[in-house]
Amino acid sequence: MGKNYSRPQALTDVVTHYCPGCGHGILHRLVAEIIDELGIRGSAIAVAPVGCAVVAYDYWDIDCAEAAHGRALAVATGLKRVQPDKIVFTYQGDGDLAAIGTAETIHAANRGENLTVIFVNNAVYGMTGGQMAPTTLLSQKTATTPRGRQAATEGYPLKISEMLALLNGVVSVERTAVSSPKEVLNTRRAIKDAFMNQMERKGFSIVEVLSMCPTYWDKSPVDAARWISEEMVKYFPLGKIK
Amino acid sequence: MAKVKINRQRCKSCQLCIVWCPRKNLKLDETLSETGVFPAVVIDPANCTGCGMCFVMCPDACIEIEG
Repeated sequence: MGKNYSRPQALTDVVTHYCPGCGHGILHRLVAEIIDELGIRGSAIAVAPVGCAVVAYDYWDIDCAEAAHGRALAVATGLKRVQPDKIVFTYQGDGDLAAIGTAETIHAANRGENLTVIFVNNAVYGMTGGQMAPTTLLSQKTATTPRGRQAATEGYPLKISEMLALLNGVVSVERTAVSSPKEVLNTRRAIKDAFMNQMERKGFSIVEVLSMCPTYWDKSPVDAARWISEEMVKYFPLGKIK
Repeated sequence: MAKVKINRQRCKSCQLCIVWCPRKNLKLDETLSETGVFPAVVIDPANCTGCGMCFVMCPDACIEIEG
């Protein structure tokens, strides 16, 4: 990443509302760094989700649109088709992309829309108070699974990235994490690749990022990062899926 | 010698930088910041190599490194 350890210009000069140790902050910075590096600050358009990152448009100094819950890829499809020279990306959580927005996600991917998707998987609904998400791990305790998620009643964690990799319209699927410096730098590389795919008009790219939610995992930030490396990766293995 | 600048107003005391500093050269301050947390501070500036691990892990982009 070179030796530029300064605040990226595409990141606005405000204090975020995120909890201490939240992975969103790291990801926001990575996205801003890549936008600066690629020189696309004037042509990038973000589509913000509903979830903890709902006010991402306050944190990036670029054009942003706000979509209804789960509909970020539908809005992004419209933006990209009307302005194909812009670099359009969505930034969505697991409740947004993998629950209420599953239909929009799958069909945008299947159409092979030339978009970049950053999918933040923290295995829980953060904004609404820590309820079970589709990606919540088995036996993980949440506000709506106080005895831990059970496959018999709540089903299995949804591997949406593996599902999307099966579609012909998808050119790139990768799963990374922000749980250690090595993984953060790998995530940066993966997101940059996903932006490059769009700039080279290759098609639909998605990067799933395993991210910490210390508050609703009931862990310290450091223990939350460790939990990703030790537990979450067992069910959501890191690496290039497609 | 690298110069690490930590923005006290923006630090939320998550301690990710402290844990990943390979030289264990960061700690929590003993006085509260204006926002009511104990922000991270550099223990010995002369001991910092400017490797950037703290910058990479900071969720609040409150660390900058010069040199």
